Amino acid sequence: MAQKRRDFIKISSLSAAGLIFGAQQLSSATKINSKSKLGDFGPLDTLRTPTYCEVCFWKCAGWVYKDKEGNIKKVVGNDDDPNCNGRLCPRGTGGVGMYHDEDRLKSPLIRVTGKDGKQTFREASWDEALDLIAKKLKAVQSKYGGESLALFSHGSGGSFLKPILKGMGSNNFPAPSYAQCKGPREVAFSTTFGEALHSPEPTDIRDTRCLVLIGSHIGENMHNGQVQEMSDAIDKGAAIITVDPRFSTAASKSKFWLPIKPSTDIALLLTWIHEIIENEWYDKNYVEKYTYGFEQLKAHVKNYTPEWAYGITTIKPHVIRETAREMANASPAVIIHPGRHTTWYGDDTQRLRAVAILNALLGSWGRRGGFYIPDFTSVPSFPSAPFPKAEWTWRDAIEEGKYPLSGSDLSNGVIEASLPTAPEDKRVRAWVVNGTNLPMTMPDTKTTVEAMKALEFLVVIDTMPMEITGYADVVLPECTYLERYDALRILPGRFPTIALRMPATEPKYNSKPDSWIAKELSKKLGLDQYFQWETAEEMLDWQLKQVGSSLEEMKRIGVKQLPRAFGEPYFSEHSEPEFFTNTGKIELYSTSLAAAGFDPLPKYTPHMEPPEGYYHLNYGRTPQHTFSRTANNPNLTDLKDENAVWVNPKVAKQWGLTNGQPIYLENQDGVVTDFPIKIRVTERIRFDSVYMVHGFGHNNKKLSRAFGKGASDSQLITRVLVDPVMGGTGMRGNFVTFRFEKESEVTS
Amino acid sequence: MRYAMAVDTKKCVGCADCVVACQTENNVPIGYCRDWIVEVTDGTYPQLEIEIRSERCNHCDNSPCVRCCPTGASHYVEGGIVKVTPHECIGCGACITSCPYDARYGHPDGYVDKCTFCDHRIQDGLQPACVSVCPTKCMYFGDLDDANSEVSKVLKKRKFKTLIPQAGTKPQVYYLI
Repeated sequence: MAQKRRDFIKISSLSAAGLIFGAQQLSSATKINSKSKLGDFGPLDTLRTPTYCEVCFWKCAGWVYKDKEGNIKKVVGNDDDPNCNGRLCPRGTGGVGMYHDEDRLKSPLIRVTGKDGKQTFREASWDEALDLIAKKLKAVQSKYGGESLALFSHGSGGSFLKPILKGMGSNNFPAPSYAQCKGPREVAFSTTFGEALHSPEPTDIRDTRCLVLIGSHIGENMHNGQVQEMSDAIDKGAAIITVDPRFSTAASKSKFWLPIKPSTDIALLLTWIHEIIENEWYDKNYVEKYTYGFEQLKAHVKNYTPEWAYGITTIKPHVIRETAREMANASPAVIIHPGRHTTWYGDDTQRLRAVAILNALLGSWGRRGGFYIPDFTSVPSFPSAPFPKAEWTWRDAIEEGKYPLSGSDLSNGVIEASLPTAPEDKRVRAWVVNGTNLPMTMPDTKTTVEAMKALEFLVVIDTMPMEITGYADVVLPECTYLERYDALRILPGRFPTIALRMPATEPKYNSKPDSWIAKELSKKLGLDQYFQWETAEEMLDWQLKQVGSSLEEMKRIGVKQLPRAFGEPYFSEHSEPEFFTNTGKIELYSTSLAAAGFDPLPKYTPHMEPPEGYYHLNYGRTPQHTFSRTANNPNLTDLKDENAVWVNPKVAKQWGLTNGQPIYLENQDGVVTDFPIKIRVTERIRFDSVYMVHGFGHNNKKLSRAFGKGASDSQLITRVLVDPVMGGTGMRGNFVTFRFEKESEVTS
Repeated sequence: MRYAMAVDTKKCVGCADCVVACQTENNVPIGYCRDWIVEVTDGTYPQLEIEIRSERCNHCDNSPCVRCCPTGASHYVEGGIVKVTPHECIGCGACITSCPYDARYGHPDGYVDKCTFCDHRIQDGLQPACVSVCPTKCMYFGDLDDANSEVSKVLKKRKFKTLIPQAGTKPQVYYLI
């Protein structure tokens, strides 16, 4: 019985009771801690070195500890870092696995074609690999212009590689963190409040009295600071309202769970707005003083009654009323959380506009327990020659005027600009890809692969043999974050902070840091003027001295809080906040959306519904993994090594599905997953939906622990609903059905 | 001195950070663990409840594992912590079978291993590794004989339960409910 309970979440493959043990090689744990007063963790008889985590974008600052033999032992949070308060999440704690992973890329690789026409990789020296990259990039530059180069990056390496491409004349720097993730909410909050949310989001969760999560599953996404603050808020008795087709972990901590019908969120939001206006529950002073377009909004939502929303969302009218009341009672200490991965149905900017408007009506922006006003800091860059101006970018390769409000380079835009259908003279021809596994990151894997195949040259820089390395001409093994210096972490917050990452040890195998890679490449490309530092240490020390610190100091403290430069984090009676919108006010009615030809007030549009026998494909996160990048980490796969598909018991009965049964998923376009995924029969999901965690189903055999484990949702996301406002790729418009077998198993 | 732990099921999100932190702190080999997560769902859609618990050895006052150990390798140390002395353990597995909580495992090096409440850290005035990393701060550790310890204070304030109390083991890990 006891074992059964433990199996419920398969945390680890424990041995069964009564097992016979092997030889008695005894090794008692040696005492490794010494007396220390430096933080909660010892041991300080060994050196600790500062870092900030690279396992996700939250970038928590921490300390790396080594054992007496000098091996990296553990990573622990830095007490002075507001992102983690000395507590890393499981991925950060398990970050050591990235270093120890024996499947890491170990040597530069060059694609070669054998006599039999078969292509393989051969190991090469750094000199040879970098020579080849320099030669090929130059060739593309001279044939098509430097504008035809693009750098995809996620994480820290981009800052070193960017000057290479910029110096060659490119201005294509997409990151999937925008158009596949937080883009819509950045545009929505910019058009409403005149400011994007950035990272970490300035949600004042610790002091909130009501937290509304609409499709956000804090606690399963381990956005560390927010998880911590949500826990604090629970302690203080805050009410949580969770809107999700799935009974998420957060839903289980909530006062209200609204199991909404997928794709109808805007209807609910508009109705909440209606209720708050009709009942005059909005913050009248705030709305009058700071906002623009209240009367238009009031007229716009007039007919959006709870009864109207009931038919659309399946949420009972009295629940909609009660939850609106709950928010109003907490006002202004209320947060309708903007979420992070917001690219769902293609009308995402409008949905997030509704979120922003609701926050504005309740007066939560700039208020304690709502959104604080973050303080930013900047650290000067190391002096460099001015970069040439790019004559064109990926935007010129796609239809003119498309996605007018996109505030960043779109990964899907650059992919579109790299396809053979892009104009001959404005086509992207070569990519450098750092730390992002595009075949799994991007929806519609087929198009991404088509674009990669059309390229003249593709360089991939990564720590692991991710799927994308299989398409590369040259693969460079980057060392992990535990083995390198990187650009400073410079983050906004209640107080701005800077953090240092330095190597805890020498790079393993023949891997190198991006700073070294970029510097060496710059020499071969004759781009010395953009790299006027000799070593990363020199660059960092110079930068730190500009803000009154030094490399020496940062090695000691790891993270440094800087004073606020722009006033208080909350509005007060005397403050005269500025809003960087056209009207200088919080725009309930958006003049910039109107000017660009979009709805100035959000509207509800019905979305497609699944055909019979198909279910909405919902996806999300597990606390133990980040995207697809950690699926091979030995410490983290030990906690969770595959995903499962959540199925309501009624649906399971109808199909004859049982818990743990492996099944293939097929989407509305006939795409079947490479691998089967196990069924998880659970009451925690609606009958019209299934759910799976993103990031599994790797098909590269070189990832020995991740290969063939679970299924990839990216593969099933072939219907991409693009947001016309900013080009975000909506990924929730896909439907799947179950398939019991498949003709042929896929091979890597 | 009576060490005890309280785990707040209302705050725990089941992220398993406690599991990894324990593994790296105590050199627990990959594939094994001294602490783990249990998630229990009750009810039918849409009336549901989940209880999430970070579980480990309960360091019972009346430990069947200590009683049944033929060599004395399983023993109590100060504060009621139940420990195993590896070189005295013959790996017979009697303790594993006797534990109602399945809290012990056979280490590949041939002895039985389990949670120690990180007594090596306690001696240094630190919290157990699992407690110190938890992002939700859902765990409280300390001396029950000290009325001002975190664990005493929280147990005074909140409703709690222990696991399988009918086994008569008098467990010292408490779950706040």
